[in-house]
Amino acid sequence: MKIQYWLNGKVENDEIAPGQMLYDLLRKKGCYSVKCGCETTACGLCTVWLEEKPVLSCAVLAARIDGKHVTTLEGLQGEAQKFARYMGQEGSDQCGFCNPGFVMNVLAMVRELGNPTEEEIKEYLAGNLCRCTGYVSHMRVLKQYLTEKGKGMRL
Amino acid sequence: MNIVHYIKAKSLEEAWQLNQKRSAVILGGCCWLRMSPRRTLATAIDLTGLGLDEIHETEEAFYIGAMVPLRQLETSDSLEVFTQGAMKESLRHIVGTQFRNLATVGGSIWGRFGFSDVLTLFLALDAEVDLYKGGRVPLSVFAEQKADTDILKGVYLPKKKRQTAYASLRLNATDFPVLACAVSRTADGVSCSVGARPMRAQVRCLPAGTGMTPDDADRAAKEVADSLSFEDNMRASRVYRHDMATVLCRRLFLQTAGEGRK
Repeated sequence: MKIQYWLNGKVENDEIAPGQMLYDLLRKKGCYSVKCGCETTACGLCTVWLEEKPVLSCAVLAARIDGKHVTTLEGLQGEAQKFARYMGQEGSDQCGFCNPGFVMNVLAMVRELGNPTEEEIKEYLAGNLCRCTGYVSHMRVLKQYLTEKGKGMRL
Repeated sequence: MNIVHYIKAKSLEEAWQLNQKRSAVILGGCCWLRMSPRRTLATAIDLTGLGLDEIHETEEAFYIGAMVPLRQLETSDSLEVFTQGAMKESLRHIVGTQFRNLATVGGSIWGRFGFSDVLTLFLALDAEVDLYKGGRVPLSVFAEQKADTDILKGVYLPKKKRQTAYASLRLNATDFPVLACAVSRTADGVSCSVGARPMRAQVRCLPAGTGMTPDDADRAAKEVADSLSFEDNMRASRVYRHDMATVLCRRLFLQTAGEGRK
């Protein structure tokens, strides 16, 4: 079946199988930032945005993105690099396998939440299971990044 | 997923006609369905585009479309106020934000899952399901029935003045609940539901004013727990679940009575 959608702002037309998942489609399109970590819809690695909302691409039928906007880390390079620099400075950058999914969810959170508390941040990001460099350093980075964005963190 | 035909239904009638075949399935958020990769779906029926993804509020009820994602319920200010935060509490522990942007109310309710937080809370809120052919049916009746070939359009939450509280027990954050409890109090009675036993949630209707004091809350919680069946699984034993149900229900009775948080 045929679908038309926007991938990182660009119109795409593709022929897909009825049961194909968005995750597979994105990998085929060369979006290698999108990874599969768990096969059980739980780890958050395959996070992309569908109409600006973070979703697990492993659980989205490609058929359902017809007429919709999909954003991957490839489409947010400037923002992602900026955030990654903060992670590097705090020693909290991860190996790169899990990082893209985490960054996608962080950037969605920064857009969605106004002035979040530490609890709200933890809750929003709870579905990104791999934090191999530590929850504490992540929180330091988020605090700095939110402040830089003029949002700050409610204490 | 293994889908032979994917059809985006143009009307509920079309969806219903297609769904009369045993090999057809209505898609919710696909979060659960995708976990059976070997299952072949001859016809996958998609209800997106039929306007079932909205929450409507009238004088007498909230109407929650079957395709409303859990996250939309969680972030609804009016439902937050209506349930004194219980709606959010029942949802915020489910997997992650990204998952809740996909999983639908319809999928949770139709599936009548033994781990469902949503079913547990909605039972305590005296919800009614809205079926395409079957019309309005109390959720407590629907929850006991087997899945058939009807279509769930949405869920009504009657707007009665009530005090509601929710609590679940999880071994790990974002995991399935080991136990889920909800209590909702109106002027006419108290509904207490217990899910993740690990079977479909069941509700007990108690007289108004039940469990207003610590002693009575203790007694009523024991009575509710004793009246329900619990099972063992890899997460918890039957006995543990029974005992924890007593604790959680007791807390919720008192919380809804306005006494002692937790």
